[in-house]
Amino acid sequence: MILHLALLSQSPALLYLFIFVLAAFIGFEVITKVPATLHTPLMSGSNAISGIVLVGAILVAGQDETTFGTLLGLLGVFFATINVVGGFVVTDRMLRMFKKDKRSEKGGGA
Amino acid sequence: MSLSLVGFVYILSIVAFILGLKRLASPKTAPAGNLIGAFGMGLAVLATIVTWSSHGVDVSVRHNLVWIFVVMALASAVGWVLAKKIEMTAMPQLVAAFNAFGGLASAFVALGEVTHAQAHPGIEHITGSVPAVAALSVIIGAITFTGSFVAFAKLQGMINTAPVTFPGIRWVNGALLLVSLVLTVVFATNMDNQGWVWAVLPFALVLGWTATNAIGGADMPVVVALLNSFSGIAASAAGYVTDNEPLVVAGALVGASGIILTAIMCRGMNRTLAHVLFAAFGTADSAGGGGSGAGGPARTVRNFTPEDGAILLANARSVIVVPGYGLAVAQAQHNVRELADLLIAKGVDVKYAIHPVAGRMPGHMNVLLAEANVPYDQLLDLDQVNPYFETADVALVIGANDVVNPSARSDPSSPIYGMPILDADKARNVIILKRSLGTGFAGTDNELFFDPKTMMLFGDAKKTVLALVSEVKAL
Repeated sequence: MILHLALLSQSPALLYLFIFVLAAFIGFEVITKVPATLHTPLMSGSNAISGIVLVGAILVAGQDETTFGTLLGLLGVFFATINVVGGFVVTDRMLRMFKKDKRSEKGGGA
Repeated sequence: MSLSLVGFVYILSIVAFILGLKRLASPKTAPAGNLIGAFGMGLAVLATIVTWSSHGVDVSVRHNLVWIFVVMALASAVGWVLAKKIEMTAMPQLVAAFNAFGGLASAFVALGEVTHAQAHPGIEHITGSVPAVAALSVIIGAITFTGSFVAFAKLQGMINTAPVTFPGIRWVNGALLLVSLVLTVVFATNMDNQGWVWAVLPFALVLGWTATNAIGGADMPVVVALLNSFSGIAASAAGYVTDNEPLVVAGALVGASGIILTAIMCRGMNRTLAHVLFAAFGTADSAGGGGSGAGGPARTVRNFTPEDGAILLANARSVIVVPGYGLAVAQAQHNVRELADLLIAKGVDVKYAIHPVAGRMPGHMNVLLAEANVPYDQLLDLDQVNPYFETADVALVIGANDVVNPSARSDPSSPIYGMPILDADKARNVIILKRSLGTGFAGTDNELFFDPKTMMLFGDAKKTVLALVSEVKAL
């Protein structure tokens, strides 16, 4: 065990791959439980989460080594922010439309 | 804010993403789940900005911060307006557009990071496997961008929705991918020359375009789901390049989600992903007659009036509504709900049968019906609803075709053979609302139209449903 941890600390690439694989498994587990009814909001919502690249874009835009690099970062900030804000807002709009039938509550289903 | 504190906040935001996605397991908990996800995103962004202000002794960093805020404010306004104004029928286009932006952002992040690093050759974080991953991030991001753009344009009807192919397209696309990967290797071994990573860009952009353009408009839902996955993987790669864990984790979550949805859509059409991507399904030659499917031996359909339909519906004990995209095109969702409410008031049991590919993206039909205030517990998916058809008095098929075509079960020569279908033909009576006797996307005849127990009501779905509503009221 100690040997493995040492290996990971030696190689950030391996550590990142480690994180990536584990996260992908969590993703599979969590998302297979989402019912078909909510697949569209799932898509737009996960789309918003992929807008996390905004954080990377801020990091790039905030460095001042080169003007061009900063410009590329700012472009990244622009598109990623649209993705994040638009994605979460439209998902919210959709999810609020889903309502349960009042009748079936007393009728006990079909 | 110290770096370890930032790391802690990043972990919090990841937890928020996972909890948010978990809450999507039920429509009841989902709205809060989405808000939790948005909160996690806010935390991550805030932590990133605050880190810098504390390190921000350098004036130019502060200057950039102002620019970052301005750009974020502008983009937030754009995203907000898009999200609030979009029609629910146009949801697939919007998701495609957001995918395109996400992919583009990932490519920009990788290119920007490389550009900065080049100003200080040999600095620590652009060594080892970082250049290769940066190039991969550019490749995946660029494919996601042009691919999603083409998907958007096809869904919007801006460009030819038919598959656009040319002889040897697979070789050309293979070559484009190969060149991109070779350039990646060259850049990885020769990282002081950033020209190599830029050289990847045109090849990947063209590849995304040609590969997606070769796929028919009807298959765009699968493409959008797949590109959704790509945008996540691109974000993950960009996270490795910028040395940022939340990007890697969140990107992997989205990558997994997109893959699952892609698999579900493929299963719903009984096709492999390779077949969707490379078969140019629905080309002119396989679409056969196009507009009129009744080209073969003359067969008769039972054409009826809305009054006949209304009598049948009102006297039924159970009705299963099968909505297809034709219903959404005609904007008849609200009228269908009104009809269902009238029937329910008369004591009829009403269910909706939703095929996985009923809309233009996974779960699209559910959203369209939810918008029309159809309670979500009346919406049943394929596996849930099929056992009910045998005891149903009426299957009311509105603007759907392939998803109720029995030849998918019985005729091995049919292009849709093996596709899971809704067993509408097993109901005692079938009412089909259709604009014409045309074929579906798969271009095949539908035996169900000629079944003696089928009642055809031709015309615009909305007008026919409205007529049914007034006839049921008059009874």
